[in-house]
This record gives sequence, structure tokens and C-alpha cells, in this order.
Amino acid sequence: MDNSADSNKKQAIRVSNLTKEFNGFKAIDNISFSVEEGEIFGMLGPNGAGKTTTIRILSTTLKATKGEAFVWGYDISKQPDKIRRSIGIVFQDQTLDDRLTGMENLDFHARLYGMKRNLREKRIKEVLHLVDLWDKRNTLVKYYSGGMCRRLEIARGLMHYPRVLFLDEPTLGLDAQTRHNIWEHIRVLNKREKIAILLTTHYMDEADTLCNRVGIIDKGKILIIDEPEKLKNMVGKDLISIKVSSPEKMMQILSNFEWVSNKRVYDGLLHLEVTEGEKRIPFLINLAQRYSLSVDLVSLRRPTLEDVFLHFTGKRIREEEGTLRERISARIRSRRRR
Amino acid sequence: MRGISFEAIYVLWLRELKAFIRARSRIVGNIVQPLFFMAILGVGFKSSMRFTGVGMQGIDYLQFLVPGLIGMTILFSSMFAGLSILWDRQFGFLREIMVAPVSRLSLVLGRVAGGMTTTILQALSILLIAYLFGFRIKGIMELLLSIIFMILIGTGFVGMGVAFASKMEDMHGFQIVMNFIIMPIFFLSGALFPLKGLPPWLGFLTYIDPLTYGVDALRGIMLNISYFPLAIDFVILAIFCVTMLFTGAVFFSQCEV
Repeated sequence: MDNSADSNKKQAIRVSNLTKEFNGFKAIDNISFSVEEGEIFGMLGPNGAGKTTTIRILSTTLKATKGEAFVWGYDISKQPDKIRRSIGIVFQDQTLDDRLTGMENLDFHARLYGMKRNLREKRIKEVLHLVDLWDKRNTLVKYYSGGMCRRLEIARGLMHYPRVLFLDEPTLGLDAQTRHNIWEHIRVLNKREKIAILLTTHYMDEADTLCNRVGIIDKGKILIIDEPEKLKNMVGKDLISIKVSSPEKMMQILSNFEWVSNKRVYDGLLHLEVTEGEKRIPFLINLAQRYSLSVDLVSLRRPTLEDVFLHFTGKRIREEEGTLRERISARIRSRRRR
Repeated sequence: MRGISFEAIYVLWLRELKAFIRARSRIVGNIVQPLFFMAILGVGFKSSMRFTGVGMQGIDYLQFLVPGLIGMTILFSSMFAGLSILWDRQFGFLREIMVAPVSRLSLVLGRVAGGMTTTILQALSILLIAYLFGFRIKGIMELLLSIIFMILIGTGFVGMGVAFASKMEDMHGFQIVMNFIIMPIFFLSGALFPLKGLPPWLGFLTYIDPLTYGVDALRGIMLNISYFPLAIDFVILAIFCVTMLFTGAVFFSQCEV
């Protein structure tokens, strides 16, 4: 039958040198990665980094400019129909019909995917129980809360037994408690359905707690891919931030110490990546005083993915902290993509 | 994804019908408007003026108006059904539909089937209201023939709505279509006045309005007064219907979500 499907069975997604240009602007720029069977892979990056564009190309609703990609062994450019049957998608924006009940939304989906009645009814029951919405199945979606809508969308994405699930910013705009609840559901479904998940997010904690591997993406490029723990270790063992009267001068002074692996000034603070951070603090304070610099504040912490992001891109991920120019161009990008 | 999926057409039809039945305010709105036309415009003109044109004998303005109002209801309801793609786009549901392994043609046909059904339901309810005002259709054959023409008109305008919605990015285009397409089509269709004795420029405009032939045909069937032969109305409406369906399907298959 289909040779390509068999030979690539270990990999749920394989992307090589994929590029997408919008009027000369590269929304994604020569990216390559793969997602293994049963894995949760996270694409971590700010808005406008190219995450949604990647999902749209992999779900065959947008054509790539260059490069190739396979989803469940099927070629995105040649077998879109087979790919669409093998994937489930939870979009970033809400895509439910709120004039229908939860159950009717799932029924609509199942029929659209050509599922037979018996299978349809069995599966609706299964997925609704999986996301704890069985009791609310006959309620119109317009009376659902944000978290319930998101859970219903996840259930819908699973309806037709997909092998790969795309989750585009699955907890965007939800409160902390609801987010933790959604995470738990994602973990459970990943185990029970043995499904590969490609998740995009700009939340560090989400990528950290949920994903087996994380790819950091910025301005259309994937900068590094690894397990969250390894990424954090890459940054250094400890992070020290100092508020000092002249961070630039302090940086110069520190240029000769080999235990300082990386230095940068950000937000008026001097950030250092060091080994054995606890021991370095008194030394740093003494050193600053010797050069008559005053130290206002010192903090020490273990690195997070936020620091990994900062390390590889030179900026923080949170949108508010991006420059105005970046924010505007990100907005133009997202509008163009619509 | 080629070919037609009847299951997909059915489920889109079902969704349209469920949404229609649940949107009570919309049903009320769609029925109240023609009711006002009938009760105020119809009764008002009926008692204050008399048509002198040939073939108008024995027919008062209220009766003359009813087929026009049915045409109006079909126009509004079917265009909205086609344009409802804009709502689906706004509320994201279009993505869910577009990413399914179903051909775009099936999606258009499903929308047409759904829009058509709700349109006919509304047109028939106008007929029922007209009955209360003393309007009578001669027989069951005339009723069935009218429904065939209603389907032709409705399908054409759902197709037109789909075509417009596919080319528009957001809801802002809706007002433009409303003011510059739907209203002129309605006013020029002869729904409110006879086509006889119009100045040439106005006559010409009514001739290029597809709804003219729809209203004319309905009037011919229901009241036995028509400006064109029924066969001509049928041919022109059939061409309009096929062209619009085709245009709608092509534009929709090109649009990105």
C-alpha cells in the first residue's frame, strides 16, 4: 500500500528546511525538527515567532514556500487528505459553534470526518468523559466557561482517533487554576491515547511542565531543541542578578573570572550565569565595594526556561517587554496571516 | 478531498436548521418586516390608489405586493445565509470546517442546502400571513410551481452571498453589500411597483436585476399577471442560479482562513 507511511512510522512529524514567506517576509525561516511517536513536543516563542504558521502548514491549510514535511509519514504537499484524517487540531482562537450543545459540536465534527453512527456515539462518550464534560453534554456552548470551551475543543480534536494532535496556545487567556486543570487533561490524554502532541506556547511554565522536548523559536527560526532540564543546565548552574551603580563597569571587572560563563545587562540589572552561586554572592559584593560601586540588590536562583530564552535570543519572551517596533511588526504579521 | 461528501452536506444543513430554529429573534425579525410592509404599505396603498395598467383589473395593491414581499424575504434570507460565512470566520468556526478532510464544493453545497431550507420556510410563513390578509393561491399545482421558483431564486442568492463573503476579510463588508447590493436588487425588482411604463433608464436597471424575473414569475403563477413569459423567467433564473453557484464555489475554494 503506502510505503512512505510505513518507513516513517517512528516519527509523528518530520520537518526539514521548511520556509514560509509572506510577500518577501519570512514567517518561518528554514526550520527543521521532528516529533516522535507519543511525545509531547513544545514550540516555545513569543507571538509572531511563526508557531501558528508552522501548524497551519503542517495541517495543510497553508502551503509552504520551500522545504518538506511529513505528518504521520504523509507528505504535506502530496497527501493533504490523509494528513487531515490523521491529525486533530485545537486552534488558538475559539472555533466552536456556540448555538449548538457540546455534544452537537462533537457530532458535527464526527460526521464531517465520516464516522459511522456506532463509532460516533461510543467515541463522543469516551472523549467527553476524558475531559469531564459528560454532564454538560446537552448544554449550549454559549453557556460554557472559557476552560470548558477549551476542554471541549480538545475533546473534539480527539474525536476521529488522530495520531498527532496540534495544540496552538492551549491555555491562552485562561486563569491559573484552569490552566493547571487543562495541563492535567493533556497529560492524561497523551498517556491514554498514546498520541503525539505538538504544542505551541509562549508560557515558560507550560513548556517546562508539559513537554518532553522544547524547541525555542524566535523570528521564524528554531534556535535550539532539547529536553527542558538540559536546556536549563545549558544556561548555567545558577543565575545571579545584581543591581549595581554601574552595571557596565561591573561587567568589565568580571571579565577575567572563569566561573562566570555568561554576562549581560538587562533592565538595568547585571545578570550572571555562574557555578556555586551561594559562595559567589559575598565575593561579588566585596569586589564591587573595592571598585567603589554600590550594590542595591542581589538575587540568586535556579534558571528557568525564561533564562534559556534570554540566553539564546538576548531578550525576554513576554510581549510587554518587547520593543514597540517588534510588537507592531508581530501584529502586522498576525493580521496578514488571517 | 475531491468529490462530494453527502454526509458533510447533510451535517452542514442540519447545523443551519438547528441554529435557525434556536435563533427565535431572527425568525421573528424576518417575519415582522414583511408583515409591516403588508399591513402598512399594502393596506395603505390599496385604499389610496388604484392601478390602471392592463391586467391589473380586479387586483388590488396588497395582492400585487405579496409575491414581491416573498421575493424580498427570499433575497434577504438567502443572501444572509451565504454571507453567514463571515460570522463563521469571525467566530472561528470556519477553521474547524476548512481543516476537515472534505472538499470545498461539499462545504458550499451544504451551506446552500441549509440556507435554501430556512429561506423556503420563511417564504412559506409569509404566504401564511398573507392568507390572513385575504391572499389566496389558486391550487396546489400553483403552490408547488411557486416553490420551485423560490428554490431557484434562493439558491442563486445563497451562491451570491457565498461569493461575496469569500472575497471579504471581515464583517465590515457586510454593510457595504447590504447597502450597495441587496437594497438596490430589492428596489429594482418590481417587488413594490409594476414594471410597466417606467422611464428607460429605470427599465434597463430592472432588466439586469435577477430578482425581477423571480418576482415576475411568482406574480405570474400566483396572480396570473406577468411582464415576461414564464419560460423566459425560468431560463434567466436558471442561468443566474447556476452562474452564482459556480462563482460561489470557485471563490470559496480560493479563499484562505
